[in-house]
Amino acid sequence: MSNQNSLAVDMQGITKRFPGVLANDNVDFQLKRGEIHALLGENGAGKSTLMKCLYGLYQADEGDIFIYGDKVKINTPNVAINKGIGMVHQHFMLVQPFTVAENIVLGSEPTKNNMIDMKKAIQDVEKLSEQYGLNVDPRAKIHEISVGMQQRVEILKTLYRGADILILDEPTAVLTPQEVHELIEIMESLTNEGKSIIFITHKLKEVKSIADRVTVIRRGKSIDVVDTADATTNELANMMVGREVILEVEKSAAEPGEVILEVENVHADNDRNLPALNGTSFQVKRGEIFGIAGVDGNGQSELAEVMTGLRKLKSGKIMINGKNITNYSTRDIIESGVSHIPEDRQKRGLVLDFSLFENMILGSHYKPPYASGVNMNYSSIKKESKRLIKEFDIRTPNEEVLAKSLSGGNQQKVILAREFNRNPELLIAAQPTRGVDVGAIEFIHKRLVEQRDAGKAVLLISLELDEILSLSDRIAVIYEGKIVDILDIKDATEEKLGLMMAGAESETVVEGGE
Amino acid sequence: MSEEKNIAIKKEENRYYEMLANFIGPFISVIAGLLVGAIFMLSIGRSPLTAYAVLFNSAFGSLAGISETLVNTTPLIFTGLAVAFAFRTGLFNIGGDGQFLIGYISAAWVGYIIHVPMIIHVPFAILFGIITSGIWGGVAGLLKAKLGVHEVITTIMMNYISLYLVAYLAGGPLKGATFLPATKKIFDSAKLIKLMPNIRGSRLSIAFILALLTAYLIYYILWKTTIGYEIRAVGLNSEAARYSGIKAAKNMILAMFISGGLAGMAGITQVLGLQHRAYQPFGFIGYGFTGIAVALLGKNHPAGVVLGAFLFGILQRGSMQMQSIAGVPKELVQIIQAIIIFFVAAEYIFKYIAHKLKENKGGVTSVE
Ligand SMILES: Nc1ncnc2c1ncn2[C@@H]1O[C@H](COP(=O)(O)OP(=O)(O)OP(=O)(O)O)[C@@H](O)[C@H]1O
Ligand SMILES: [Mg+2]
Repeated sequence: MSNQNSLAVDMQGITKRFPGVLANDNVDFQLKRGEIHALLGENGAGKSTLMKCLYGLYQADEGDIFIYGDKVKINTPNVAINKGIGMVHQHFMLVQPFTVAENIVLGSEPTKNNMIDMKKAIQDVEKLSEQYGLNVDPRAKIHEISVGMQQRVEILKTLYRGADILILDEPTAVLTPQEVHELIEIMESLTNEGKSIIFITHKLKEVKSIADRVTVIRRGKSIDVVDTADATTNELANMMVGREVILEVEKSAAEPGEVILEVENVHADNDRNLPALNGTSFQVKRGEIFGIAGVDGNGQSELAEVMTGLRKLKSGKIMINGKNITNYSTRDIIESGVSHIPEDRQKRGLVLDFSLFENMILGSHYKPPYASGVNMNYSSIKKESKRLIKEFDIRTPNEEVLAKSLSGGNQQKVILAREFNRNPELLIAAQPTRGVDVGAIEFIHKRLVEQRDAGKAVLLISLELDEILSLSDRIAVIYEGKIVDILDIKDATEEKLGLMMAGAESETVVEGGE
Repeated sequence: MSEEKNIAIKKEENRYYEMLANFIGPFISVIAGLLVGAIFMLSIGRSPLTAYAVLFNSAFGSLAGISETLVNTTPLIFTGLAVAFAFRTGLFNIGGDGQFLIGYISAAWVGYIIHVPMIIHVPFAILFGIITSGIWGGVAGLLKAKLGVHEVITTIMMNYISLYLVAYLAGGPLKGATFLPATKKIFDSAKLIKLMPNIRGSRLSIAFILALLTAYLIYYILWKTTIGYEIRAVGLNSEAARYSGIKAAKNMILAMFISGGLAGMAGITQVLGLQHRAYQPFGFIGYGFTGIAVALLGKNHPAGVVLGAFLFGILQRGSMQMQSIAGVPKELVQIIQAIIIFFVAAEYIFKYIAHKLKENKGGVTSVE
């Protein structure tokens, strides 16, 4: 180690155990000054854990950490911050009713005569934001700004505290493609200013496009470090999973049957009482995967909610299997054979303080074999949970741990297992692969196709055009709460969809294209 | 195979640490409370050793003492359970005192208005009291579920309504013929059976057994039934509960009904087991309020509530004797109680210690 100081971070032989889990097993990790270094690995491989050790949220059981060549003991985030390390967590930690500036200075407020100097805070934030082209409004309240903006606030927060080593834990999982693009630019401007960035993602394309090097972690061990220029996405995928991964979806042509879901001229408001769905209509048939494409915020979330009884319709009609279920209760809709993978796993999909087995039956908890009368039947619940843990390859020491102790991707798999296991007539899947690794994506896609081939219907809502294009048999484009058009998969191209997502009618698109 | 065994051992270890962490906070809090109490006593020139010896002695020194301690414990188990149960749904029931009074007057009324065999009379009086006090609590749940009115506000307001209502009833329409500001005496058939009839002056009745059974019942409901599953889901993440088809509104009303009924049980057993008539209240006796402390100390777990109620029962029982024998003002016990609560509330500190302890042993951490 002659040129130690060219290393911003050097973690040597890091081992971290949780009860029943060896989360990090003698891991070495090196971040060079000024580089963007990707961490790649399956769900539960130990990426977040390694970074939490670096940020002082966990203490490694064994191993040493060097920052710019100095050996350091980081036992709290405060120490990490003092060493110039900043971390943006996958689940943001912002105070909703506070302004952007207030959030950024929180905990290290500038003062004047013992009072918080808000003017200076705003100025500082504006200056920083300009320097890195972040474009945030210091006076806006957090709950008024988009997820992408909130993430920038998190980044600014670390910069404000003087970070020059940034850890971004799955920053792109919740972003729209446009926002991802902007984030990548921000990351580049940060490294141009001499910052070093650790970047966790499951999207191999992103790794290829921005990372200089990548460290691959598998089951707690670091497998390899490669220059991204030297590896293809397929090679990266194989390295992290340890087997061949098929990134393409294999499926035969759909054989659609009768209509199972009818959405007719639905109108509904969003949380701020503004119209979100403005006469949405479409039909989904048995034996098909029906994709909904659109830019985030065009009514996709509200659409999933009205169909599952979580949001009231102002007018319109929803039918399932010929039965009018408009404004039915959620339980009645579930009973009619609908499963729902919600877009936000922590807000809705899981009770984080419930054990894994309790989460596994959420929504079917009152029915045999999980309950008889009012008595819960925990032995059969646990048995079923064990089976699902195997089937969906959920990486957990056992079925009794709290859901919050699972890695992000494994939390998502719990929801998937539960919703598939209901064997629904109609599966509403909103961002089903958010935060899961390529191996799991392959598996989930296969399951979705199987569902279709078994004569069930799948309604896929996704912000990822790739996913929509590779899975769907028909694609509806939603724009400002209305279906712009419905395309057959053989007529759909990325460009066409892109234009329609911006509000163009398909005829004009076709004309324009010819 | 050996790996599985390893995991099983780890699982056990994990549980052990979790239990330890649950005990450590309350335990240190109690010690701290007693220590601060001792400092107070020293500062007024009294011997804490004598005082605590008296306290211990009066609580456990004789069968009569033990009996009286358990008499003090009984209503606190009920009100502690009431607070803990509501809390599991994410609701804060401060209305225990009001619900207590409703149960109290209801049971007294049934106790003297009808005269039927004991086997019918007692259960009927209890049931009637549970229903009225349950409805009293349920109203707060209803207001919260349907109109979004915060339960802390409504339960406090309803405390006053019940205070004046019961004062009016006991001193007016339901007043007995004697000079006492109280209802008529209940018939013998409505009285709870004494547990220690051979001990002179023992007031302990099966109310105490009922309290223990109720604690077990609440445990069973919370962790073994679908009702409890739903209630806990609503309390931990109401959005996820709603998503899964659980009706938050229904569960809030139900939980407040049960909570109200539990607090009511404290009043019911007070009438049927001890006083045998309902006296006109001049203020709150404070069982509801102390119930909050008991629930806090017991981590909202039925077993913890029983232990917490027992501790407070001891303190209350001992406070009188401490005053007369050791010359320590009985208010001191309230100070000790307050300190205990203060430390339990400040339990973050202990969580931190336990967290560090586990860190060193490689246990679970919950920083997320
Ligand atoms: N606080 C915790 N308590 C117990 N086990 C934990 C805890 N945090 C993580 N683990 C376990 O450690 C392992 C690694 O988890 P980690 O969150 O680091 O995975 P990850 O690589 O970030 O995965 P993902 O891509 O799904 O986010 C998992 O098996 C997880 O269950
Ligand atoms: Mg992670």
